Amino acid sequence: MIAIEALTKTLGGAAVLDGLSLTASQGQRIALIGQNGAGKTTLFRCLLGEYVYRGRIAIDGRDPRTERAAVLRDIAFVPQIAPRLVTPVGGLMRYVADVCGASVASMADVSRRLGLDPEEVARRPFVRLSGGMKQKLLIAMALGRRARLLILDEPAANLDPQARAGLFALLAERAQDATMIISSHRIDEIAGLVNRVVELDRGRIVLDDEIADAGALGSHFDVRLETVRDEPGFARAAAEWAMTEGPPRVWSGVISGPDRLRFLGFLARHAGLVGAMRLDAARREKADAPRVS
Amino acid sequence: MSAVDARTGDFWPGFRATFRLEIAEALRARWFLAYAAVFILLVGVLLVFGLTEARVLGFTGLSRTLLTYVQLVMAILPIFVLITTVRSLAGDREAGVFEYVLGLPVGVGAWYAGRFFGRYVLAAAPVVGALLLAAVYGAVRGVAVPWTELGFDIGLLLVMILAFVGLGFLIAATTRTVDTAQTVAFLVWLVCVLALDLVLLGALIRGRMAIEGIVAIALINPLQVFRTGSMLLFDPQLVLLGPTAYTIFDLFGRMGFMIWAFAWPATLGLVSALVGFLIFRRGDLP
Repeated sequence: MIAIEALTKTLGGAAVLDGLSLTASQGQRIALIGQNGAGKTTLFRCLLGEYVYRGRIAIDGRDPRTERAAVLRDIAFVPQIAPRLVTPVGGLMRYVADVCGASVASMADVSRRLGLDPEEVARRPFVRLSGGMKQKLLIAMALGRRARLLILDEPAANLDPQARAGLFALLAERAQDATMIISSHRIDEIAGLVNRVVELDRGRIVLDDEIADAGALGSHFDVRLETVRDEPGFARAAAEWAMTEGPPRVWSGVISGPDRLRFLGFLARHAGLVGAMRLDAARREKADAPRVS
Repeated sequence: MSAVDARTGDFWPGFRATFRLEIAEALRARWFLAYAAVFILLVGVLLVFGLTEARVLGFTGLSRTLLTYVQLVMAILPIFVLITTVRSLAGDREAGVFEYVLGLPVGVGAWYAGRFFGRYVLAAAPVVGALLLAAVYGAVRGVAVPWTELGFDIGLLLVMILAFVGLGFLIAATTRTVDTAQTVAFLVWLVCVLALDLVLLGALIRGRMAIEGIVAIALINPLQVFRTGSMLLFDPQLVLLGPTAYTIFDLFGRMGFMIWAFAWPATLGLVSALVGFLIFRRGDLP
């Protein structure tokens, strides 16, 4: 699917990508990690044919620089920073649908699954939306069409837990027929999504590991926990994870599989409050589920 | 614009979608509302205060109003077109719009051409619309409308706008930031203004340049070409221009200069846009 050989990109005299080579086959889900300035976004721009570079890139045998439109027809891209477009949301979705040969309806469906009804914001300038809304729409416009390569630059950075769960479910549906490259500067943000980790440092690959597929991309976990006292800050954070309080100080809810690490991180920040906790895999993943009590 | 786009049949859908987006985006933008308002107000003021039978330099009624409008447009339109064009393109590059939009399966040629013609229509519509408004108003008031001159005037305005939109695209393609693009655009406009007839006549009188050089500068300056062309419509002997008129008539003749007045700005605009496209396509896009 992707073959990169000795890719070098220089910006302002400095090599941002330095002789990078990488191959990825159909169905791989790659976490591209690295600190700020490691070269992740530059690599994406090279893959999208937006940058001039030295070396060779082939996507399904095609050069993204010389055969841009044909290559990009198979690529869906979510940028890290939303473009400051003043176009109304409705017009932007029509534009993307027109040039991609997709339908606005399918993009709108994806957006609703992420918790945003595009009809409600259709007349608002894209640039005036909140960060989370912009992110949901960019994801909707990327996943609302059939593409065989998904390039997602920090896709979940601005999303609330429910929207993250929606994103993970959408990616799970595409796991068999699409290759994904998902970037983040923290592996725990996306560990549950991927089956391969590539780490960049100053334009070079410093780690390339296949990791055990958690098989949990579309899974869910039932959570039940008890707190030792009432704490408004915890209540607000728990509500963001869509947890509800049943009997006093007993909280329950459902979290998506790929968000387990993030959820445990949230609990770690409130460790002094947690009296008991139980995490059960829902449905067929139950046998493999981690159980913490 | 791009041979690859055209071959694969992808050009027109991408062009149409980008053209529509450019228009839709501008119709919501303050700069366009201000731009359109300037020309409508200008015509309104000229009609209210200028549509009389008073004779000024031999021109009366609507002819005089049109001539005044055309001269005023020449003063404000080029800088307006240049600055808004380069701000839009260079601003989009800085705002991450290029990164996102050019990551979609639209050919660079289709996208560039869609933006270019969208911007051209946006720049031309208020100017020409205001002129037509004046003609309709004059006709309703029973004032003789000089239709032939009006038609030529609109044509001259259209090619001048084409020249400056093209120059704007070239500037935006060769600069990376809004600040640089605006500075270069301002300098281009300044050079054009400095190379107008009054300044050139000054140079001629001081004898610092050969007459052929001065005439050549006047002939390649799109502002001067427009100015002389629009004068020629209402003043066939170019009495207003003085002795310089002899050089023009010796070189071109009346018809020859009118052809030049249309062909040169149009060529300048299209070639500038094309060179801008080739530079843009060759380098990093975002």
